[in-house]
Amino acid sequence: MIDLVAFIPRAIQQGIPLLFGSTGETITEKSGNLNLGIPGVMYVGGICGVIGSFNYEQACGGNLNGFLAIFIPIICSLVGSLLMGLLYCFLTVSLRANQNVTGLAMTTFGVGIGNFFGGSLIKLAGADVPSIALTKTSKFFKTALPGAASTGWFGKIFLSYGFLAYTAVIIALVTSYIFKHTRMGLHLRSVGESPATADAAGINVTKYKYFSTCLGCMIAGLGGLYYVMDYASGVWSNDTFGDRGWLAIALVIFSIWKPDWGILASFLFGGLYILYLYIPTGMDHMEVKELYKMLPYIVTMVVLVITSMRNKRENQPPESLGTNYFREER
Amino acid sequence: MNKAPHEPLFHVTKRDELSPVKAWTIRIVAILLSLVLCGIITACLTGENPFSVYGSIFDGAFGSERKIWITFQNLSILLIISLALTPAFKMQFWNIGGEGQALMGALGAAAVMICLGDKVSNGVLILLMILASVGLGALWGLIPALLKAKWNTNETLSTLMMNYIATQLVAYYVIVWEVPKGSGNIGIINPQTEAGWLPQVYNRYLLPIIVAIIITIFIYIYQNYTKHGYEIAVVGESRNTARYAGINVNKVIIRTMILSGALCGVAGLLLVGGINHTLTTTIAGGEGFTGVMVSWLAKFNPIAMIATSLLIVFMNRGAGQISTNFGLNQSFADILTGIILFFIIGCEFFIRYRISFRSSARKEEKA
Repeated sequence: MIDLVAFIPRAIQQGIPLLFGSTGETITEKSGNLNLGIPGVMYVGGICGVIGSFNYEQACGGNLNGFLAIFIPIICSLVGSLLMGLLYCFLTVSLRANQNVTGLAMTTFGVGIGNFFGGSLIKLAGADVPSIALTKTSKFFKTALPGAASTGWFGKIFLSYGFLAYTAVIIALVTSYIFKHTRMGLHLRSVGESPATADAAGINVTKYKYFSTCLGCMIAGLGGLYYVMDYASGVWSNDTFGDRGWLAIALVIFSIWKPDWGILASFLFGGLYILYLYIPTGMDHMEVKELYKMLPYIVTMVVLVITSMRNKRENQPPESLGTNYFREER
Repeated sequence: MNKAPHEPLFHVTKRDELSPVKAWTIRIVAILLSLVLCGIITACLTGENPFSVYGSIFDGAFGSERKIWITFQNLSILLIISLALTPAFKMQFWNIGGEGQALMGALGAAAVMICLGDKVSNGVLILLMILASVGLGALWGLIPALLKAKWNTNETLSTLMMNYIATQLVAYYVIVWEVPKGSGNIGIINPQTEAGWLPQVYNRYLLPIIVAIIITIFIYIYQNYTKHGYEIAVVGESRNTARYAGINVNKVIIRTMILSGALCGVAGLLLVGGINHTLTTTIAGGEGFTGVMVSWLAKFNPIAMIATSLLIVFMNRGAGQISTNFGLNQSFADILTGIILFFIIGCEFFIRYRISFRSSARKEEKA
């Protein structure tokens, strides 16, 4: 039997970067922008945080101020992903470029930036292994809530995470509330469903698209930061972030564009992602593990098909998803 | 009180069809500008003068006879995948699953090579490989098409997922067939017998190039001079118009995606049977995604696609050379490719729209 007390925290840690990514992408998609650049944005968010804290660790030579050690990487990460968001918006909203192509180009670019600067920093650090370790900074990010160690299984499952994990859950809940209960959320959804109607109602479509896409990118970028600083204990090595960005996009579909569902869904995905480590396969059948790794994608496919089969209106993608809006083409 | 109404600094209007010469001038200017920016960035990072940077880029792609062959071989694979995706894009079906379809093609070829390599004669073996690659690639294109036709499932998202299912499937078989056990690699398949290795034409680089040329001509004719091509264009313009005109839209979608997947499968076949003689999860190397951009940049024109894919491959190999020359990281190529793509993507705006500034609008009024 799987040891649940060990499994659940690992699944949640695995799920948090996906939750950041999918919340960000949901906000973006609600405004009608399908940002396939999220994997790139998450790389950029991660590497900018690493660059920030690397320079800070070098500058102060070991005696880190707790506040700055957390503050600097977060600001760097936010600025980096904001720039990526602005680039995407400029191309798709202002210049009305094709969203799929722009997104894919952003992924190429972002992953390139991440691996390039990652590789350069590794060279600068002059380590023997192809990675940089920011363990001191990571300690601040990993600080668990008080009582995590003393309350047994309860502490392990609920209290043992760094503050960014709780931030991710709070962001998802707040986003969900804004979508459902505020005027801003209503406007945002209307922009995604029918920009022409929203425009006629006096909503500034361009402003909402810019705002939501940039905000979405910043949130997704934090996912990259969480992955490096908390999950990977401050160790950056190239390409380890892998396909998590695409999984985050899958998760948006899986949670049918509902950020509050996304919380549980991301933990489930995290679980599916690492399930292969816990299934006893025996040494002769290592290959079966690769099939288990397929699970998140198959589950997403199934959900995608079921939602389109049932064709319920509240579970559909935003109506104008993937198309640009130009007032004179109404 | 005759206050002039607030006039925005500039406004944007849609152009009438711009002449192809002007449109391509704008694109070439954009590409040149992006190359200048790439040169400046590289110069800043390496401290070399920009001209020697361009020299290295050129050297990396065309520096020796072998480099030229490899450049054209890479070009041919990228071109085949881009061409494969094109009919689907033309019908506004966003097939971003080229990666998965090519991987499945590669898997099919490798499976036949490994399982039947010593059982049938080489000619039959290669025939079976072709069937397996084309069949599996087509299957991977067919599934999203059926879902789209039956339940209107979003194809961008479903083809994206199919990519990763294919990757894991390949990962599974790589471990099943690994040589030696526990290494996690297949290694070169049939190294002694060379069973299933596609025949060499002139040298080991030419075969994919010939296949790419044939497919380019085929897609050009298919899109411009056949009934199928016409139906694809109508469905792409408007599903409703197509329906009124009596075109069976679902049939067109399914047929086109089978073709799209099958051609991606051919790319997979060439990668395994003709070039690498092995199977890895990264054998398609992201070209399924790059192909989307190549095809779109060429405005779905197969002939223009030769130029756009050449540009991408050229920059990629050139940037690779810069990285080795100046001790930078290989990912540098991705950054440069990204910059060029952003410029070309952005310049489409100036082809489709006209910007009139406030002062020039006033002058027109006075005149």
